[in-house]
Amino acid sequence: MLLQIKNLHASIQGKEILKGVNLEVNRGEVHAIMGPNGTGKSTLASVIAGRDIYEVTAGEVVFNSLNLLDMPVEQRAREGIFLGFQYPVEIPGVSISNFLRTALNDIRKYKGLEPMPATEFLAKMEEKKKLVEIHSKLTNRSVNEGFSGGEKKKNEIFQMAMLEPILSILDETDSGLDIDALRIVAGGVNSLRSEKNATIVITHYQRLLEYIVPDFVHVLYEGRIIKSGGKELALELEEKGYDWLKNGG
Amino acid sequence: MGSDSNNLLNEITQSDYKYGFVTDIETEYAPLGLSEDTVRYISAKKNEPEFMLEYRLKAYRRWLEMPAPEWAHLKIPPIDFQSIYFYAAPKKKKELSSLDEVDPELLATFEKLGISLDEQKRLSGVAVDAVIDSVSVKTTFSETLAKHGIIFCSFSDALQNHPDLVKQYMGSVVPYADNYFSALNSAVFSDGSFAFIPKGVRCPIELSTYFRINAANTGQFERTLIIAEEGAYVSYMEGCTAPMRDENQLHAAVVEIIALKDAEVKYSTVQNWYPGNKKGEGGIYNFVTKRGICKGAGSKISWTQVETGSAITWKYPSCILLGDNSVGEFYSVAVTNNHQQADTGSKMIHLGNNTKSTIISKGISAGFSNNSYRGLVKISKRAENSRNFSQCDSLLLGDKCGAHTFPYIETANKSSIVEHEATTSKISDDQLFYCQQRGIDMESAIGLIVNGYAKEVLNKLPMEFAVEAQKLLSISLEGSVG
Repeated sequence: MLLQIKNLHASIQGKEILKGVNLEVNRGEVHAIMGPNGTGKSTLASVIAGRDIYEVTAGEVVFNSLNLLDMPVEQRAREGIFLGFQYPVEIPGVSISNFLRTALNDIRKYKGLEPMPATEFLAKMEEKKKLVEIHSKLTNRSVNEGFSGGEKKKNEIFQMAMLEPILSILDETDSGLDIDALRIVAGGVNSLRSEKNATIVITHYQRLLEYIVPDFVHVLYEGRIIKSGGKELALELEEKGYDWLKNGG
Repeated sequence: MGSDSNNLLNEITQSDYKYGFVTDIETEYAPLGLSEDTVRYISAKKNEPEFMLEYRLKAYRRWLEMPAPEWAHLKIPPIDFQSIYFYAAPKKKKELSSLDEVDPELLATFEKLGISLDEQKRLSGVAVDAVIDSVSVKTTFSETLAKHGIIFCSFSDALQNHPDLVKQYMGSVVPYADNYFSALNSAVFSDGSFAFIPKGVRCPIELSTYFRINAANTGQFERTLIIAEEGAYVSYMEGCTAPMRDENQLHAAVVEIIALKDAEVKYSTVQNWYPGNKKGEGGIYNFVTKRGICKGAGSKISWTQVETGSAITWKYPSCILLGDNSVGEFYSVAVTNNHQQADTGSKMIHLGNNTKSTIISKGISAGFSNNSYRGLVKISKRAENSRNFSQCDSLLLGDKCGAHTFPYIETANKSSIVEHEATTSKISDDQLFYCQQRGIDMESAIGLIVNGYAKEVLNKLPMEFAVEAQKLLSISLEGSVG
């Protein structure tokens, strides 16, 4: 098993958001986590990534046989966890290529590898840019500064492609995307799918799941996963909404 | 800020100052303290022409009447001028000859600082004037430059070999009575560099001076004069370091630049004097008057500075835009950490028509430090169609430091345009988390973000300096933030 979350409780400023989440993810799988606003979807993503504004009060998260909750954010990333941000952050004056070279080489250093030679790095960038159809000049621009909503999300998937994580968590990657951008982003995610890695897609809408077809769908409601099923569950949710699950589900 | 960042913030101070060593060398001192005798002693040591001694004495007498300035946003402890040596020189060993006229101990000191004085060993074209305490020990490539008619030597040598040029230009941009520290410098200045680029000559290599304070209880009073004749071009760089000592040491410099018609002078500084320890003990007091005059039409002077060192920095590199269509530029990154204080900025004085000036100032404050931008843009009545653009940004790391902006704008001409923009920001937790989530550790993330913030200025530095400056920014803030 790649990821095992057991009875996870987490709070922010004393307010409990996650109230006993259980989830298991294997390599080669795509899981979708759905649910109405404010039920803890983004919190779950942040807690797995290690954001310190959340306090984990109970439970455990095991990733690749490692106790994830003991690790600092950057170590989790170096072990292969990638978070696609709902709101990607701007870093003025730092080009995407410089940012990614720093990240990639910090990860390589952690694994005992030499820094990637510049020519190899550039070739890799060219290859991965095609995946998400981003303009070659974009990588010379500062990270997310002045990017459109679509460019920001494409940049997230581009970074994912460059860093080659084992577990990718995509937090509301579809928000703010028009249909063309959505197709490109989803196409990028699909082409990165393999037997070696896994993806957790967090979304409000079934729409994204037409492009990224999940193996499992989970409904997160009030800090707990209240229902799990196959991809057909997403269609059922689209049709019926969430209300029918709230009582007892 | 998260708890990790707070811990790191506490560690900021523990980063090492890697230039803090002392060279054990026999040193000759002037008698302790300051008097007319000290001034005469220095002038005699340097075997100066009579006019120079008279100039020094006038400056000294004027200085005695002047009060120390108190207008800067700085807490300056009283300086006891009678407990400082105003002249300290490594003793010469007699039997040396050629390059080896320099004591091997001193060569080794500069090697250790990353400055090779062996012309054969230098890959890139940079000529160096190496100054230790009160004297220049070696100037490289002087002969090569002389073939182009360029004079590049120590200020002391210039007084011996080119007294007329010195007499003509010295004090013409910064008169001795300009301010308290310029008067002090004019009385007791010891060494620095002299560069003269004749008409139409483009200096083929970078010129540079490396200042090193070594002796204890000693002040350094650098004096530099750069003259670019009509159509000439030169790029000049200066660097500086000092040993780690518990007491404060004084550095009071005067730099003057003269650019004649269509000449261009680029002056870059990486200031890394010992900043004191994390408790704020020790460190250099850096009181500097730097000013250039764009005397001829179409001339250009640009100042670029990266200020990371010194306990106190008081420095306002300025341009007097006298010639029509002349251009003045000031690009600055000033970092203060621990208990460092900086009050720095620029003055742009527009006198000619169609004169243009740009000020880009990036302040970075961490620890308990205070970092102020102070700038004056003055457009005189006859400076038609003149323009200034100023941008002053402050970046705060932590919540115990201060950033301040004091812009002064005086315009007496209606056809001119002055723009001023200012921002204050912090490195956000969101930015740090974003970097860390990509596998970048906190320190690299801070280095990345700070360098990104300062990029506009760092891009103005010559290649030789830019890499060093980037590293320095990261080191100065090592263990910092958040």
